[in-house]
Amino acid sequence: MKPRCPLRPALLLLLVAGLLLGGCQRVQPLPLRLTNVTGHMPTLAFTLTDDQGKTVSASDFRGKVVLLYFGYTHCPDVCPLTLAHLHVVMQRLGKLADGTRILFVSVDPARDTPAVLHAYVNAFDPRVVGLTGAASDIEALVKRYRASFTREPSTGDGNYEVSHSSAIYVFDRDGNPRVLATPADSQDDLVHDLHLLLDTGVAP
Amino acid sequence: MKPRSMTLLLAGLLLAGGVHATAAEHIHASHAWIRVLPGSLPASAYVTLENGSDQAVALSGASSTAYTEVMLHHSSTAGGMSRMTMVDSLEVPAHGKTVLAPAGYHLMLMQARKPVKPGDTISVLLKFTDGSTLATDFIARPANAVDAGL
Repeated sequence: MKPRCPLRPALLLLLVAGLLLGGCQRVQPLPLRLTNVTGHMPTLAFTLTDDQGKTVSASDFRGKVVLLYFGYTHCPDVCPLTLAHLHVVMQRLGKLADGTRILFVSVDPARDTPAVLHAYVNAFDPRVVGLTGAASDIEALVKRYRASFTREPSTGDGNYEVSHSSAIYVFDRDGNPRVLATPADSQDDLVHDLHLLLDTGVAP
Repeated sequence: MKPRSMTLLLAGLLLAGGVHATAAEHIHASHAWIRVLPGSLPASAYVTLENGSDQAVALSGASSTAYTEVMLHHSSTAGGMSRMTMVDSLEVPAHGKTVLAPAGYHLMLMQARKPVKPGDTISVLLKFTDGSTLATDFIARPANAVDAGL
């Protein structure tokens, strides 16, 4: 008698189903609240100069959840407000904030030297890294994320304004794009999504 | 008679202008602060203006002995782009208020004559289109402040 024989395929099926379910759970999308751009944008890639004057690339930030923002230091209103809000977000994350880096990419590299950027980013939050570099490299990064910027005509005294994309691009610890935050989005949602990305990532 | 009432109105406006030529006594300024940025970077200044009179007034600009130049600007975000534009004047409605706040109207302060530090009080002379002015103390706040901190 082999009473257990007919059960074997059933058990096997259960096991397979269990594995499949487990697998599904793994790829189940995170309940992100902000505009989800997972799979809709290229991974983080660049080689630029940081505010310490060092050449850095995206791979230097693997293991960190990255918030990418394009701005310039001669922008006295919107850029500081965005960075001030991100500073509040970092404070709300507490210790978890150490797992993030805010990359402030200057779209005005002619004026934004590493030294100018260094003083600027440090006035906001220790997690902000200022990035500058060759105009062509910055343009390439801007294009990569379908962002844009334009230099407004000079006011005559050598000063000029720069229009720039207002969005914050959030990448997970592996450099994959995950969400897009705009100035209209709530800070709560950004804190919520950063919690998700920081909890599920592989610790550095 | 229309032409006559027009003349009267004009005369009234001129008179009012004469009265306000020195100090904008019907304008009350509050929540005045400056976001200080490092080095020689331009700063921005914010203030709430309340008009206690029956007539609208308009802010046309400002000056300060602490800065080389002060400009009235407006930031806007449209189509995912942030930009700044120069503004000629900004109305403060009769018995109403106008707020200069981050990501909107602000005064752009260029080239501090000597370094301004958070905690400093900076006097700014607000100028109105009727010729009146209002000396207002602005409190200097750190770069990462989000409001007047009151």
